[in-house]
Amino acid sequence: MRIAVLSGKGGTGKTLVSVNLAAAAKASTYIDCDVEEPNGHLFFKPEGVQVEEISVKIPKVDHELCNGCRKCVEFCNFNALAYIKNKLIVFDDVCHSCGGCILVCPESALTEKAKVIGKIKKGVSGEVAVWTGVLNTGEATGIPIIKKLLEESSEVNKQTFIDCPPGSACIVMESIKDADYCILVAEPTLFGVHNLNMVYELVKLFNRPYGVILNKCLEGENPAEKFCLEKNIKILGRIPFDNELGTLNSNAEIAVNKNEEYRELFSSLLNKVTKEVQHETTTNP
Amino acid sequence: MKQLLILSGKGGTGKTTIASAFIKLADAKAYADCDVDAPNLHLITGWSVKPARTDYYGLPKADIDPELCIKCDQCRQNCRFDAISIDEKYKVDPFACEGCGVCEYVCPVEAITMKPAVAGELMLYSDGEKVFSTAQLKMGSGTSGMLVTEVKKQMKATAADAELAIIDGSPGIGCPVIASLSGVDMVLIVAEPSISGISDMERIINTAAKFGTKTAVCINKYDTNIENTEKIEEFCKKQALPFIGRIPFDSNAVKAINNGQTVVDIDCISGTAVKEVYHKTMNLLFEKGGG
Repeated sequence: MRIAVLSGKGGTGKTLVSVNLAAAAKASTYIDCDVEEPNGHLFFKPEGVQVEEISVKIPKVDHELCNGCRKCVEFCNFNALAYIKNKLIVFDDVCHSCGGCILVCPESALTEKAKVIGKIKKGVSGEVAVWTGVLNTGEATGIPIIKKLLEESSEVNKQTFIDCPPGSACIVMESIKDADYCILVAEPTLFGVHNLNMVYELVKLFNRPYGVILNKCLEGENPAEKFCLEKNIKILGRIPFDNELGTLNSNAEIAVNKNEEYRELFSSLLNKVTKEVQHETTTNP
Repeated sequence: MKQLLILSGKGGTGKTTIASAFIKLADAKAYADCDVDAPNLHLITGWSVKPARTDYYGLPKADIDPELCIKCDQCRQNCRFDAISIDEKYKVDPFACEGCGVCEYVCPVEAITMKPAVAGELMLYSDGEKVFSTAQLKMGSGTSGMLVTEVKKQMKATAADAELAIIDGSPGIGCPVIASLSGVDMVLIVAEPSISGISDMERIINTAAKFGTKTAVCINKYDTNIENTEKIEEFCKKQALPFIGRIPFDSNAVKAINNGQTVVDIDCISGTAVKEVYHKTMNLLFEKGGG
């Protein structure tokens, strides 16, 4: 059972929800796909961490063999190659590793070499397996890291919680593609609603079952709740705005391990989500 | 034109809240929202005129003509993005296709063509005096960095004479952030006093440093965790980064935003603090010999 947690807007509580659900589930796997800014490991403080470097293939030029025909430069749609002052130059950062330049080079002057873009860290915190993808600073895309994380996790037969990056672009799509269920976390602001609408469109586009958790709930009108009611979106639960939870969270403490009240809150959310997923798998196997 | 970019690393720390207040305080003639994944600035900048809309074309997508396809499997084997699948016919997954053109190149019977694809929409608000450039990336699309570049280009082309441009950035450290960094004079980082916020702030500072961009830091909701606030200030001191202010948590800020107002439109404690951060930012941005 793979549950993706997403939000569109940043800072609405994706990590809060996914970390605490994983902790409430006990024997589970937590996967941090927010590779640009991974934070879940700060909460879990996993032990026995094993690190695997993730690399992509980029072209390497043999200047002896290159005859300056520029076929590769013309082919590359990403403008990752240029022929300047009688020399072929590769711009690593914009290369998408498509391998096209190697195919088109008539002189076999191009080969591929590995370039490290980040890493995957796997450790354990209590009964929770904690997997984190980390993109190196200065690198443009963490998609290869996310692909690797999810590929390896498909072999794990435990409850898996996927902490997604913000937004609704390719990187989020990659994270939810194989999820059995999507939890959308929303905050009660004008911005929150606008971005909730985006991820709502995204999960519909990819035909994933979904429900909403309302975070930072205050007294009075909640624009995110209003949106859910209008669109007939299932509300899985509400997390109140409260100072104690805020402080625990800002100190990277796992709320369910610190406070009985929060343990109950997240356990009941977990039950609700589990039921939803089971319902989905029986009605849409 | 001096360009100020507002970034944070972590999402939800208050980039747009601060950008919108700065735009108001500066009466900015040029501004842009580079968070093309999840743009929000247009919600509180109060434009009554309709924007000029332009389709944004990312890279083309492969299209296989089943009439011509001989099912040789060359395209599928050579695609690095697993975008081609066989389901009786050979098919391209438009979300996985990155538009490299390898399949078109290897196809022996010219069954594949690269077709233009809309990847988002650019919007330009302009009333002859002020210019606001923004965009929305299409769901699940991949070329956000290129769209960010277009947003900035559109702003600069339309408001060439503006002295100051304020640019609201996106969270993270990846391609849209890198694209937004190019050519700006200064970055203001809005940090949040949480362990997560500190980790993310350090990563965005490292990213900005790779581009050699002048960087200053402020803290939003500083009073939600004083200990972490002090850690951030200490970090800035060690890194010799200008620290330019603490903004308190303020429930009035949420109310203002939900009413489509900026925090400096109403009388509130966060608005007062933002004003001070604004003046310090402008001093740094326009200081002689800087940039």
